[in-house]
Amino acid sequence: MEYQNSMKISFMSKSQNEAFARVAVAAFVSQLDPTVEEISEIKTAVSEAVTNAVIHGYEDMEGEIFLSCTIKDNLVEITISDKGKGIEDVSRAREPLYTSKPELERSGMGFTVMEAFMDEVEVESVKGTGTTVIMRKRLTSI
Amino acid sequence: MNVSYFVKRENLIVRIIGEIDHHSSEMIREKIEREYVRQNVKNIIFDFSDINFMDSSGIGVIMGRYKSVRERGGKLGVYSVNPQIDRVFQLSGLYKNKIINPYSSLEEAISNI
Ligand SMILES: Nc1ncnc2c1ncn2[C@@H]1O[C@H](COP(=O)(O)OP(=O)(O)OP(=O)(O)O)[C@@H](O)[C@H]1O
Ligand SMILES: [Mg+2]
Repeated sequence: MEYQNSMKISFMSKSQNEAFARVAVAAFVSQLDPTVEEISEIKTAVSEAVTNAVIHGYEDMEGEIFLSCTIKDNLVEITISDKGKGIEDVSRAREPLYTSKPELERSGMGFTVMEAFMDEVEVESVKGTGTTVIMRKRLTSI
Repeated sequence: MNVSYFVKRENLIVRIIGEIDHHSSEMIREKIEREYVRQNVKNIIFDFSDINFMDSSGIGVIMGRYKSVRERGGKLGVYSVNPQIDRVFQLSGLYKNKIINPYSSLEEAISNI
């Protein structure tokens, strides 16, 4: 029998919630006995996606960020979405070093970090409607 | 989150305790910049021994300080980086492009920067 579990939270688009979100996911995923490395990779990827929703999606204005995490056996799927401004050109946004906010000292490495630390990263975005990032990772544990 | 400094020869040693993300990076950036402007030093050396989390916001902080030290003909160094954070450094090409040089200790950083 396949083991399944899931959780869902939503929170305001405040930079304080970046740490909250990554710690919440890490706590939920810990039931799979991940390695220190896996937990750190997941926390970093979650931090990137939530930070993007705060900075780019809502541009530091008030908004709601939705996060869900599903476990199926040793597969972890994390979905982070915002109803913010959306991305006009997703493939350009995913290029290493591309940032639309260089004046804020952003490095343009967020998506590259997510891709390196997770097995799969899907980005769905509609300009003016919002962005959803789905990330999957199969843990070596179990 | 806590940032402390000391000066050794022409280096400003910056020790950050805590996590570097978008939320904390703004304060970290401001504090380092203020201290660098005040001190008559060339280089900035980061002590990473008490940082257990860093995402791409940290890369932005490093690249921004690179611009500042270059104006004075200085360099950036870092020591005691944990393996996970080291991967973020590697990915972003900071070592390869000589934006910041990794060292294993403060002594090594000071004598080789
Ligand atoms: N949720 C989002 N809503 C709107 N635009 C986004 C969103 N996420 C990413 N983007 C766009 O994609 C670009 C690239 O994102 P990425 O995370 O790779 O870099 P960055 O956030 O600009 O810099 P860094 O993450 O290194 O601080 C952003 O500059 C922004 O234009
Ligand atoms: Mg980003």
